[in-house]
Amino acid sequence: MASRLWASKAASYLKINTSFNRGFASVVKDLKYAESHEWVKVSGNSATVGITDHAQDHLGDVVYVELPEVGTAVTQGNSFGAVESVKATSDINSPVSGKVVEVNEELTSSPGLVNGSPYENGWIIKVEISDTNEVSSLMDSEQYSKFCEEEDNH
Amino acid sequence: MESTINCRENGSLFDVSHMCGLSLKGKDCVSFLEKLVVADVAGLAPGTGSLTVFTNEKGGAIDDSVITKVTDDHIYLVVNAGCRDKDLAHIEEHMKAFKAKGGDVSWHIYDERSLLALQGPLAGSTLQYLTKEDLSKLYFGEFRIIDINGAKCFLTRTGYTGEDGFEISVPSENAVDLAKAILEKSEGKVRLTGLGARDSLRLEAGLCLYGNDMEQHITPVEAGLTWAIGKRRRAEGGFLGAEVILKQIADGPAIRRVGLFSSGPPARSHSEIQNENGENIGEVTSGGFSPCLKKNIGMGYVKSGLHKPGTKLKIVIRGKTYEGSVTKMPFVATKYYKPT
Repeated sequence: MASRLWASKAASYLKINTSFNRGFASVVKDLKYAESHEWVKVSGNSATVGITDHAQDHLGDVVYVELPEVGTAVTQGNSFGAVESVKATSDINSPVSGKVVEVNEELTSSPGLVNGSPYENGWIIKVEISDTNEVSSLMDSEQYSKFCEEEDNH
Repeated sequence: MESTINCRENGSLFDVSHMCGLSLKGKDCVSFLEKLVVADVAGLAPGTGSLTVFTNEKGGAIDDSVITKVTDDHIYLVVNAGCRDKDLAHIEEHMKAFKAKGGDVSWHIYDERSLLALQGPLAGSTLQYLTKEDLSKLYFGEFRIIDINGAKCFLTRTGYTGEDGFEISVPSENAVDLAKAILEKSEGKVRLTGLGARDSLRLEAGLCLYGNDMEQHITPVEAGLTWAIGKRRRAEGGFLGAEVILKQIADGPAIRRVGLFSSGPPARSHSEIQNENGENIGEVTSGGFSPCLKKNIGMGYVKSGLHKPGTKLKIVIRGKTYEGSVTKMPFVATKYYKPT
């Protein structure tokens, strides 16, 4: 991230237009969001988890996704895997507790799906939720957009 | 990833003003510097330079630095930003002692200058628009004090990407104009590039990052920089830690810096390296995904004997073990501008 901040600073100094504006990272209305920039799509007690557009944009080109094994227990707010980009390694935290029932094997050969399609083809795991009440502690799309804006202005 | 590739296809301009340029002047500046570095400074022709290493009493590296002999009584060098305070204190301490014995040396630190690195295949043709000097006659490692875009610059044909290119020390009040002019003359093909891409580029070129791949306790021999220890220096010694270093050259070092390929996630620094039986043989010091090769590359230190290209090994990342092997460096062929 430091490199990008540097580049945008230098660019503004040199009065060059940059496309680094972070105001337009997309969100999806019906998803729920965690402060660590994962999204979750809940239907009944099954959940699909991925990282947000904002997260992939900050990470840059994803080169490897470390996936958990099916059957692994995950807990809300705790790491279950990692995303590696050219710039950095970032833990992926589970927005909900439960058991991993499916992992996106596509990401093994095409980690770039996380960048290109963060909310669809770039999903990471599916979880059988153990406590659906946990979902209420997550943000909706509007709250999350605001959260990102504030974080970027820091 | 794209910025790394653009540097190799077109060019990059980096602001590296955080690095510290300085001059040593005086009729004894060469013999003074030779006490602190492993290079044959006396043997350098005026206007040429080399990568060198500042050593401590134990033969470990205090810093790596590109030094240039401007004239017999003027050396120009650039040291790492992170080592600035340490390096300057080290040089100052030895300079005091040297002067007390009657040696003639003084220094100037260029805080009034900025440093730009212009790298990539378009570097030469782009910069040529901005100076009357014939750059086709300035080869890798050579240095000139010339006028560029109307300002007096220190120009070194060197870099940290493996590409042809220049490092340009320019008075700070002229730096923005020069950066703009370079970008403009390249018709937008040379782009401002960040230090993240710079790290991928230097890793692909197999170049050390001080603090990662070289540290106080690592000698230049272990780091694979024996080539930078001048022939005369090997015979005569006379630099800090020479006994340790010359013994290592004779007997071979216990550990060696190697290039690595690995499967799985990119191996970051401090990842453990094991042999095929799972025994610890060393540690990764730099690693990442190569934008040009589209695979994981890294460097690290392993026990001598296990350093040969093709040696199979294992790398431990977050508790899991992945296959890897020792490979030759550079990972991406270097394109330094040398006389043919």
